[in-house]
Amino acid sequence: MEQKQATSLTDILNQHEAEILSDWMALQRTAATRRADLISDTDLHRQCKDFLSSFRQGVASGKLDDIMAPAWEPAREIVADLSRSRARMGFTPTETATFVFSLKQPLFRALNTDGLAEGDLWIISTLLDKLGLFTGEMYQKGREEVIRQQQQELLELSTPVVKLWDGILALPLIGTLDSERTQVVMENLLQSIVGTGAAIAIIDITGVPTVDTLVAQHLLKTVAAARLMGAECIISGIRPQIAATIVHLGVELNTVATKATLADAFALALKRTGQTIQRVRPSSV
Amino acid sequence: MERIPILKMGEFLLVTIQVDMHDRLAMALQEDLTDRIVSAHARGVLIDISSLDVVDSFIGRMLGHIAAMSRILDAETVVVGMRPAVAITLVELGLALPGIRTALNVEKGMDLLRRAQEQDFWEPGDSRHVPAQD
Repeated sequence: MEQKQATSLTDILNQHEAEILSDWMALQRTAATRRADLISDTDLHRQCKDFLSSFRQGVASGKLDDIMAPAWEPAREIVADLSRSRARMGFTPTETATFVFSLKQPLFRALNTDGLAEGDLWIISTLLDKLGLFTGEMYQKGREEVIRQQQQELLELSTPVVKLWDGILALPLIGTLDSERTQVVMENLLQSIVGTGAAIAIIDITGVPTVDTLVAQHLLKTVAAARLMGAECIISGIRPQIAATIVHLGVELNTVATKATLADAFALALKRTGQTIQRVRPSSV
Repeated sequence: MERIPILKMGEFLLVTIQVDMHDRLAMALQEDLTDRIVSAHARGVLIDISSLDVVDSFIGRMLGHIAAMSRILDAETVVVGMRPAVAITLVELGLALPGIRTALNVEKGMDLLRRAQEQDFWEPGDSRHVPAQD
């Protein structure tokens, strides 16, 4: 039964492909969800043509109830590519899914002329619905990929290690410290200690909005790891509110030198490394 | 049985660990080192672990023991050249080795020992393993 429908549907698709395609294109071009600013007619035409031919291929296999079947792979791939690229380009989910759903009208028109039974139409409608939902899924995956990538970039961006002076490194932390970031920060710092042979690292937490027990623990871990490598740490940039929070929480920061500002920490670091900065002439400003 | 060589440099002893430390070897090193400190009248011990990829909790503890024993025998211990990955692992294991002095490389470790010798004086309640505050 199913095999028979599929063949007749294949026949119709074969005969009317050009017609369906031009109908479909015309429909999409005038639709409210058309984003002429994001995609050109030529690209859209190519996508429609590719999808229609892979759709015909899938229909020819006779598996009209299962779009996960191997025969549907080309169609799935085209839909997946299209959804991902549209997600990146800034299409909304509705605009993306409409690509598949809008095929219904021209397709049904073509099928109707050849007089297909209601049951057959229902099967084809369900098939297109499935493909449309698959579009949504792929769209979401594309978006998640973008988010993941941005997270990674943010992680790398936000943990620079700067050399302040001979043997003195500074690590300005900005944003909340979670376990994952601490790991990156720690690795970056230790690698820089090896690279520069620094004896002192200043961890500046001016940009850290809140310090709770967990953040304090992460900081102390970083300090301990640096100490194992033979470098000493100074924590600077502690705001009055944060000092109060630390005391209220009962966090012990006794094992590490703390300073209110980066400048103080730098002065201490110079002192410990036996260096000094001197003014050689009166300041002109 | 293989042993880790202990080199004498002036009044310091230099131990460079270049093979994978297994537990028997670590115990042997501990014994050899304490013997050598006494026989050579050493005032400082430098342990270079820059070629060690893995330091487990046993080796970590052993380093702590060596430092404590040497201190009783009046020799300062400095562990040098710990790799970043090793340092992170030890901290994650909860082994921050508070009793051990550390330095980035052998040269800086030597410096540290020499400085410790220069300012070596006894005073009541002095615990030399605590890093000097400014």
